[in-house]
Amino acid sequence: MTEKTFMAGFGGQGVISLGQLWVYCGMKEGLEVTFFPFYGAEKRGGIARASVIVSTEEIASPLVTAPDSAIVMNMDSLPLCEAVLKQGGTLIINSSLVKVDTKRTDARVIKVPCNEIAERLGDVKFANMVMMGALSKATGAVKLDKLEAVLKSFFSTSKHKFIPMNMQAIQEGAKAVG
Amino acid sequence: MAEEKRLMKGNEAMGEAAVRAGCDAYFGYPITPQNELTAYMARHMLDKKRVFIQAESEVSAINMVYGAAATGARAMTSSSSPGISLKQEGISYACGADVPIVVINVARSGPGLGGISPAQGDYFQSTRGGGHGDYYHIVLAPKSVQEAADLTYEAFDLADQWRMPAMVLADGMIGQMMEGVVLPQPKDPATRIAKPWASGNRPAGRDCNHVDSTHLVPEEFEQANIARFKRYDEMKKLLPRWEEQHVEDADLILTAYGTSARVSLGAMQMARKLGLKVGLWRPITLWPFPEKRLGELAGKRFLTVEMSMGQYIEDVKLYTHGKSEVSFYGRCGGMIPTEEDLLAEIRRILKK
Repeated sequence: MTEKTFMAGFGGQGVISLGQLWVYCGMKEGLEVTFFPFYGAEKRGGIARASVIVSTEEIASPLVTAPDSAIVMNMDSLPLCEAVLKQGGTLIINSSLVKVDTKRTDARVIKVPCNEIAERLGDVKFANMVMMGALSKATGAVKLDKLEAVLKSFFSTSKHKFIPMNMQAIQEGAKAVG
Repeated sequence: MAEEKRLMKGNEAMGEAAVRAGCDAYFGYPITPQNELTAYMARHMLDKKRVFIQAESEVSAINMVYGAAATGARAMTSSSSPGISLKQEGISYACGADVPIVVINVARSGPGLGGISPAQGDYFQSTRGGGHGDYYHIVLAPKSVQEAADLTYEAFDLADQWRMPAMVLADGMIGQMMEGVVLPQPKDPATRIAKPWASGNRPAGRDCNHVDSTHLVPEEFEQANIARFKRYDEMKKLLPRWEEQHVEDADLILTAYGTSARVSLGAMQMARKLGLKVGLWRPITLWPFPEKRLGELAGKRFLTVEMSMGQYIEDVKLYTHGKSEVSFYGRCGGMIPTEEDLLAEIRRILKK
């Protein structure tokens, strides 16, 4: 199994954290992982992108050029993801911010209202975690069953109080895939 | 017992590996894409009562490394391509004075100030003695975060053992990406190679040591250089390291180092799925080059893959002694070859 994912959103949406947590969990589940971020010099507002690979095999190129799945966190990211997604790949769209339909008729499209779900849970900042739950459910590549322990080492102790909400966001994201 | 696998950036993994190898002193100056390495050393050297100095320039940093290493300390610097160019004078001095130092180059695109994206345009500079004078030094080329850590860790021992600079030639991809890494155990200082040649802080009654690259008597200097090159010959027998896959039955061998070798591995796997007999040959030591093994493969057809306009290809041609047809595929300016484009090139060459 090899799952290559391209993730994009605007800076501040947590795309980089999402990518890091995805591979961190994958690694804890015994997979080979690679995470490569791209972002501009902007402190806020630029497009943040991450190439992530999880695999049962040694990972060859760390560059994701034809991803099996792509995550679209905002409107500007849609054309980027449409351009690279492999034929028949999975496109997971944050339908809270992306109101148009994709041109990629070959893709398996999953719409998840990440912002609305996150806000319902208490804070829009959990939108990336909602998306990660959806990605896990849609691809099955990373089960996220080690997530709680990963979050404990990923976040400083002062932020551990947010872990239950993160876990809930993951579950809600998975449910949204149906 | 092996440690737990950690998720780390290449830059941070190299920093931690240096700490565990017993780096006594780190001197650096910021430059993208290696900044996390300097930052890591700032965070982790001082609390271990070791030396960390952010120098006022790259030139200053390399000379601090040279000075610290001349006293017997394990000293290191890191930078990226334009910064490494500035350090070449100091590296030449360290080679001339037989001083072991560790230099990490997280290479970016050039020439000039260039860009901050990954590149492999520093192959000539690294493998041919990038400063002035007649010399070489060890060059190690990692392909992954794990190897970046392992080779950095080993570089300190190799430098001490052979009394010369050891360079880890990474690139912006290796430095910036995160992968799982199992870090080596902290090195026991008791296992270090003795440095009876070091200067400074000598016990009372012992002769002074003079560590210097100056030689004003040509007859003596020639002999010193000849002796150093005899050491190089010995290293060429003992140090070369490489990785190869499916070379024996290959109609075409992809050859590349570092990040390009990862892309080549992917393209090789895609080609094999199509029934194409494609192999991969990757040097891990760029100097001394695994020339003997490549010579044994002479006659096979090669495709070198680089993130440059073609530098590594010259060694492939050199060590296949004109017996191989050697083609080139490269991207530059911070562009990285893709597996798909490389596969297309393979199919074009094999006409399949």
